[in-house]
Amino acid sequence: MTRSTSALRPAEGASAVLLSRPAISARMRPRDLLQILFFALLVRPLMAIFIGCRAQGREWLPRNGPFVLLANHSSHLDTVSLLSLFPLWRLREIQPVAAADYFERNRLVAWFSHTFFNILPIARCRITPENNPIQRMLAQLRAGKSLIIYPEGTRGSGEEIGPFRPGIAHLLEQAPRLPVIPVYLVNHGRCLPKGEWFPVPFFCEIRIGPPQVFSGGNRREILERLRSAILSLRNADN
Amino acid sequence: MTAMRFDSFVPNLSPVGKMGLVILALLAAASGSVAVLRRIQPEKDYSELSARVWSWRLMAGIFLTVLALGHKTALVFFAFLSFWAFKEYLTLLKTRPADHRALVLCFLILPAQYYLIAIGWYGMFIIFIPVYVFLCLPIVLALSRETRGFVASASQIQWGLMAFVFGLSHLGFLLVFPPSEGSSVDGRSMLIFLVFVVEMSDVLQYFWGKTIGRRPVLPAISPNKTWEGLIGGVTCATLLSLSIRFLTPFSAIETAGVSLLITLAGFFGGAVMSAVKRDFGVKDFGSLIPGHGGVIDRLDSLCYATPVFFHYVRYFHY
Repeated sequence: MTRSTSALRPAEGASAVLLSRPAISARMRPRDLLQILFFALLVRPLMAIFIGCRAQGREWLPRNGPFVLLANHSSHLDTVSLLSLFPLWRLREIQPVAAADYFERNRLVAWFSHTFFNILPIARCRITPENNPIQRMLAQLRAGKSLIIYPEGTRGSGEEIGPFRPGIAHLLEQAPRLPVIPVYLVNHGRCLPKGEWFPVPFFCEIRIGPPQVFSGGNRREILERLRSAILSLRNADN
Repeated sequence: MTAMRFDSFVPNLSPVGKMGLVILALLAAASGSVAVLRRIQPEKDYSELSARVWSWRLMAGIFLTVLALGHKTALVFFAFLSFWAFKEYLTLLKTRPADHRALVLCFLILPAQYYLIAIGWYGMFIIFIPVYVFLCLPIVLALSRETRGFVASASQIQWGLMAFVFGLSHLGFLLVFPPSEGSSVDGRSMLIFLVFVVEMSDVLQYFWGKTIGRRPVLPAISPNKTWEGLIGGVTCATLLSLSIRFLTPFSAIETAGVSLLITLAGFFGGAVMSAVKRDFGVKDFGSLIPGHGGVIDRLDSLCYATPVFFHYVRYFHY
């Protein structure tokens, strides 16, 4: 495990821009319950027995939000796998940031994505002040939610990590000291590549790295550092 | 059925019950030896050895429990072993994106092969993968329209299915064999005999290799397989097999001959899987079993010994 000097211990990862640690409403909605059932009865057993997914570096996951999980993206399994890292009762605190044009393309897909994955839909084109993705993400962070962000912006082939979109850097500009946890997902793209609907159960691995915290720095530097954090996890094969 | 088994159990242990006691005694002896070694040489690190012994206890416990729970449970368990082994192999394989559909098909073929055992359809069991799957998989690969790497994919996938699905599934068919001609021992007893002799041979080869092993048999493949280990292990396992002849319909000489055959087959199974690991550039196939590695690391010798033993028994005793 590589330990970068800038990394904070997970417990210290509070974000300064979010004035105080916000409390997430204690009320369980029916949707939350459905998601918990979906994960407890279907997703978790399948990930453990069928796929055989293992996680390394769980100690870097913060006990409290808000934080951002930043991962490479090559499969629909990525989100399933990342959400399985958390105890069932924390699922509703975590929102995968998802392209509205894909995950809300029809009512069925939208219902599925919202109910079982609790997505935060964002616009990829025709950005207006009302649907500005950064503002929507900030609002959720302020409400105490944590986000899953795929900085490549779309699913790749699984072999190479594509160029990072600048969104995460914009977000960090608005929310300095927000901890970003780099994650490298191994073999997910082989299991369920783009365009396929039935997975092949290759063994998968989730490699979690130390949280990255930024105070200042320009966007390009932020993107470079985040990218190299994920690349170093990719090369940390053992 | 249960009442009958209970009757035979009380006055005079069944062969399988006796075997349970033998294994229990061996495991106790192994734990004792590790404790003694720790006492004699406290400066040495015995954590790997101790992990190995612990895993043996678990594996023996699970294996015997599953066999006691009946044929259906045992078949599901063997299917799961096949599944896990095949997964380990595939994960290390360099697959192409174009192989996806064919690989999905493999995971339907696997339960189908075990289903054929459950319904006792021998004729289909024995040709399903070698003939029909062999013909169909390349068709599915061809439908993906990617020709680069076609032959490599077709052969690698078929090899994996043969070794880890077809080969290992013989364990399941052996289990459901009825008592053989003119004897009361059934497939389950013979299965325990096979697994016990082959695994003991592995352990004893490891033991003799570690203690007096010098000259490697196959230096290019595995420096741990030595002539001393091979000869010591095979001889000891063969001698040991004579003491559990009650699990088989064999005469004493035949028992020794069969044990020689399966331990040698097991040795070559281990050598072949070591060569596969060399090619993939890994030390172990996985990390499921502490001290041993992956499922294939433990089943490598059985992949070879099982079909050999199966066909020997079927030809000469049925």
